[in-house]
Amino acid sequence: MRAPSWIHIERRPSRSAWTVFYVSLLAIAGALVAASIFFKAYGVSPLHAYRLIITGALGSSIGLAETVRRTIPLLLIGVGLTVAFRAVFWNIGAEGQLLVGAIAATGVALFVPMPDALRLPAMFLAGFAGGAAWALIPALLKAQLGINDVISTLMLNYVAAFIVQWLILGPWKGPTARGFAYTDKFPASALIPRIPGTTIHWPTLILGVLAAVLAYVWVMRTRQGFEIRVVGENPNAAHYAGISQSKVIIMVMLVSGGLAGLAGVGEVAGIQHKLLDAGKLSLGYGYTAIIVAWLARRNPLAVLITSFLFGAIMAGGDVIKVSLGLPFQLVNVFNGLILFFLIGSEILMKYKVSFAWRKR
Amino acid sequence: MEWQNWAISTVSFMLSYGTPLLLATLGEIYAERAGVLNLGIEGMMIMGAYTGFVTAYVTHSPWTGLAVAAAVGCAFSLIHAFASITLRANQVVSGLALTLFGLGLSGVLGRSWGGRPLPNALQSINFGALADIPILGPMLFEGHVAVEYIAILLVPIMWFILFKTRVGIAIRSVGEDPATADSLGISVKKVRYLCVAIGGLLAGAAGGYLSVAYRPAWTEGMTGGMGWIVIALTIFAFWNPVMGMLGSYLFAALYHLSFRLQPWVSPEILQSLPYLFAILVLVFIAQGSLRKRMGSPAALTLPYTRGEE
Repeated sequence: MRAPSWIHIERRPSRSAWTVFYVSLLAIAGALVAASIFFKAYGVSPLHAYRLIITGALGSSIGLAETVRRTIPLLLIGVGLTVAFRAVFWNIGAEGQLLVGAIAATGVALFVPMPDALRLPAMFLAGFAGGAAWALIPALLKAQLGINDVISTLMLNYVAAFIVQWLILGPWKGPTARGFAYTDKFPASALIPRIPGTTIHWPTLILGVLAAVLAYVWVMRTRQGFEIRVVGENPNAAHYAGISQSKVIIMVMLVSGGLAGLAGVGEVAGIQHKLLDAGKLSLGYGYTAIIVAWLARRNPLAVLITSFLFGAIMAGGDVIKVSLGLPFQLVNVFNGLILFFLIGSEILMKYKVSFAWRKR
Repeated sequence: MEWQNWAISTVSFMLSYGTPLLLATLGEIYAERAGVLNLGIEGMMIMGAYTGFVTAYVTHSPWTGLAVAAAVGCAFSLIHAFASITLRANQVVSGLALTLFGLGLSGVLGRSWGGRPLPNALQSINFGALADIPILGPMLFEGHVAVEYIAILLVPIMWFILFKTRVGIAIRSVGEDPATADSLGISVKKVRYLCVAIGGLLAGAAGGYLSVAYRPAWTEGMTGGMGWIVIALTIFAFWNPVMGMLGSYLFAALYHLSFRLQPWVSPEILQSLPYLFAILVLVFIAQGSLRKRMGSPAALTLPYTRGEE
């Protein structure tokens, strides 16, 4: 490779978990330094801003609760994405799968008569099924027709958002909503219990932790998981070994979409207690979770840590919005930067890079 | 006479709405022909839209706005080029990062610019007598800005360069078989950087067209997923500029026709149709005999290093 003469790149013989860890830290640090330009531009000392974010998101029980609230959907979706990304299926559609999960749960909450005790479990099931069904569309399109997964998953995000919009303005518009665009409030039996005094809907959190553990065992320790990884890492080998690529794609997308659907149930039944505007319902969890999964190096267990980190960043975004008057969009700028530094730094894991000014 | 008015409005809409799609698709075709998938179109377009609007607003010159939009799109694409070509990062993730970054940055910077109309938007060309030709006149020569015609002009030029010149051979060979291209003395890196930069330039210009001519104002997220439709159109076009033009205008026509459903379909469902079309378009070309021609450039998304396979 003809790199500039001052960069020397050699292959690293192997990479240790520590290399991965340090390189990840380095990437985050790099993004923090780059993002400080924006704080400077707004006349805020970056150190002051970062201190505010950390104390705001982690320093008090209220802040910590806000962080955990955002961790829950990121955890569920992030775990699902690690599974899909293992099979190198680019599921960029978790946002839409979350919304369809929320729609399904809302339908069960408001319109299906059933005993109170069964309602919440039925909502979680419906949410999983809804997200999985929405994810099945791009999976089938890819498996049967070879349709590009990035496009189909992404386009369906927009479609799902418009369906939500249509429901809350049309057939599901709540008679008690006084002209506002949302459904009626859920009945008490359809609300996910919270830790008192917080917005942490703990049953969903437990589901997320369980999902991380189960997904890890499934992907790393079972035969099916092995097949998933082979399809992702070496499709040709998978073909010769008789592994059905279509089956793997459909399998990972059912799980990935289903988990995103569960996240939708959590948001709608744990936080909002009604179906409302897609932008208010999701806050871009489906996109942020892509970074969560990538930073976790597609390891479901590591998502436990990375989802918390990004939960804190999102909560921190609220803090700088409220106390410094900065736009919340800065979080997206920062997330984009982290992603760049992350993939840029991956070369440090595969290769030893040294810098030297020398004549060629 | 109603069908005439209707035909006129459809073709007119094809030109004006199809232009940003066409510009960005032409650029993406070049980038992908050289082997670099750039999913950052949406991010480059929105940055082009924002910077184009602000520049046009401040300088009172829509053309300066368009030039700056193109330059900013180009600069943004170089981030992706550096990550994916020099650092050999994953192209899908790098492109996504570019889109996230662009959407976020334009949202932050554009916060105080929303809702202002652009007083000096790009004016449509006055063709005088040409506009009086029955039907064709109002279709093609009335109410269109120069960018729309430039986009059409670019199609044969970019087709010719890609398929009939040495430069075009270099681009295509780098995207199909970089090792062979390298051994023939073509600098894989240079060609790829150049093509990604062209892609960024055109995506930025497409965004600038939106905010300076098509809807002369700045709204956060005003590209509304157009960048993703461009990715679909590039596949639909089999990486051929002429097909790219067909696809862009066809897409615009479909979108326009869907407005006819207005009396029967709710507006929210209507708004979701372009995104469904993008999928349908790909389903369509995945069928039957067309499928054989569907092959993307062989080295698409694969970083190249000499002596490594």
